[in-house]
Amino acid sequence: METSFALTGKGYVIVAADTTAARSIVKMQIDQDKIKELSPHLLMAYSGEPGDTIQFAEYVERNIRLYQIRNLYPLRPAAAASWIRRSIAESLRSRNAYSVNLLLGGYDTSTHTPNLYWIDYMGTVVEVPFAAHGYGSYFALSLLDRYHDPEASLEEGLATLKRCINEVSKRLVVDPGKYKVKVVDKDGIREVEI
Amino acid sequence: MARRYDSRTTIFSPEGRLYQIEYAMEAISHAGTVLGVLAKDGVVLAAEKRVTGKLLDLSSAKEGGGYGGSGEKMFLLNSNVIGGVAGITSDANSLVNYARTVAQQHLLQYNDDIPVELLAQRLCDMKQGYTQFGGLRPFGVSLLYAGYDPHYHFQLYHSDPSGNYSGWKATCIGANNGTAQSLLKQEYKDDLGVEEAIGLVLRVMSKTMDSTTLGSEKLEFAVLTYDAAAKAPKAKIYKPAEIDALLRAEGLAKKDEDTEMK
Repeated sequence: METSFALTGKGYVIVAADTTAARSIVKMQIDQDKIKELSPHLLMAYSGEPGDTIQFAEYVERNIRLYQIRNLYPLRPAAAASWIRRSIAESLRSRNAYSVNLLLGGYDTSTHTPNLYWIDYMGTVVEVPFAAHGYGSYFALSLLDRYHDPEASLEEGLATLKRCINEVSKRLVVDPGKYKVKVVDKDGIREVEI
Repeated sequence: MARRYDSRTTIFSPEGRLYQIEYAMEAISHAGTVLGVLAKDGVVLAAEKRVTGKLLDLSSAKEGGGYGGSGEKMFLLNSNVIGGVAGITSDANSLVNYARTVAQQHLLQYNDDIPVELLAQRLCDMKQGYTQFGGLRPFGVSLLYAGYDPHYHFQLYHSDPSGNYSGWKATCIGANNGTAQSLLKQEYKDDLGVEEAIGLVLRVMSKTMDSTTLGSEKLEFAVLTYDAAAKAPKAKIYKPAEIDALLRAEGLAKKDEDTEMK
């Protein structure tokens, strides 16, 4: 039921996640923020087993922030992805594994490029131009295959995102309703309305 | 009167000094010189070897696969950092091993080369520990770290037995470091290229070393640059034959007696 999307464009990454918190047939909250801001140029959308999600997401957030405070500069997206992957891989081979899927989107201020990583609960990490988690991915990925442009402007990128959101609204039996959309680029993180 | 406080490393003297650390630095001032210069496109390190002689078996350094160097002064700490050591050799070997482990642990966690300053910090944290608890003597080693990372590009750091470190454009440790430092102060320019830095380093070394002319038996040399094609830092510790070739190119090589006779 939890849906998240992300796509890269010219100097930015858009990360979007639905804002519904539901259990069984009941929607408990419709404005939950499922995208954590790990550092000035790093976003992480999370989904999966309730409880595990927020626990792991906060664990990641705290450790990435600690690195930045202790050391002179924040972790680059690639290094953060590796650290997260290792955390999941180690938890997987322990008694209680975290069951969390993530989309990690960031702007690398050393190479001046946007980076997006699709991470699943088994510790799979792939760098991708666009990605999605949840049932919504079945509808969104083919649209993104067709319409995604890695050199698109932010407006064009948001338009492509809108296509995905509309398709999921139209076809998924449990419409997620509203989404929170955040953008990360050289100037940092900001929320956008779509 | 100072002698009463020397037996313990981890206590202050009445004047507020840590004598063991000062004695460690004294030991280093007798060791072979290590010189480092930062250029805009690389970092250059040179060192004077003290362990030399006809009977010394350096065949593994001359022909061997290895990372270069005779294993006395210059060490590859990670693919993006070269370390130059001055002081008690066995202490230095221990620290180099620790540095290499730290760099690999970072690589394991983050799949990324350790930032140069971070490596220097980790070593310094360890060295500081030996000045505060455990009752063990400090390491009698100063290190120069020449490295590259994407954050601050080329960097040169110096750390001493107290666990303090600082970043430098050009610096020197070991014997005659005062002379070398003042020579560097006069001749260093901010926008040096790596080739000019190599020339500067060799000229300053020839003025501060005990021997009259430079040669690969007494000199270790290393350069850290960035390979744009491979998009990765390139660490090179020169083999003896390469050092001799470099010295000939710079016009600082020993004159060959045989050819002079002709």
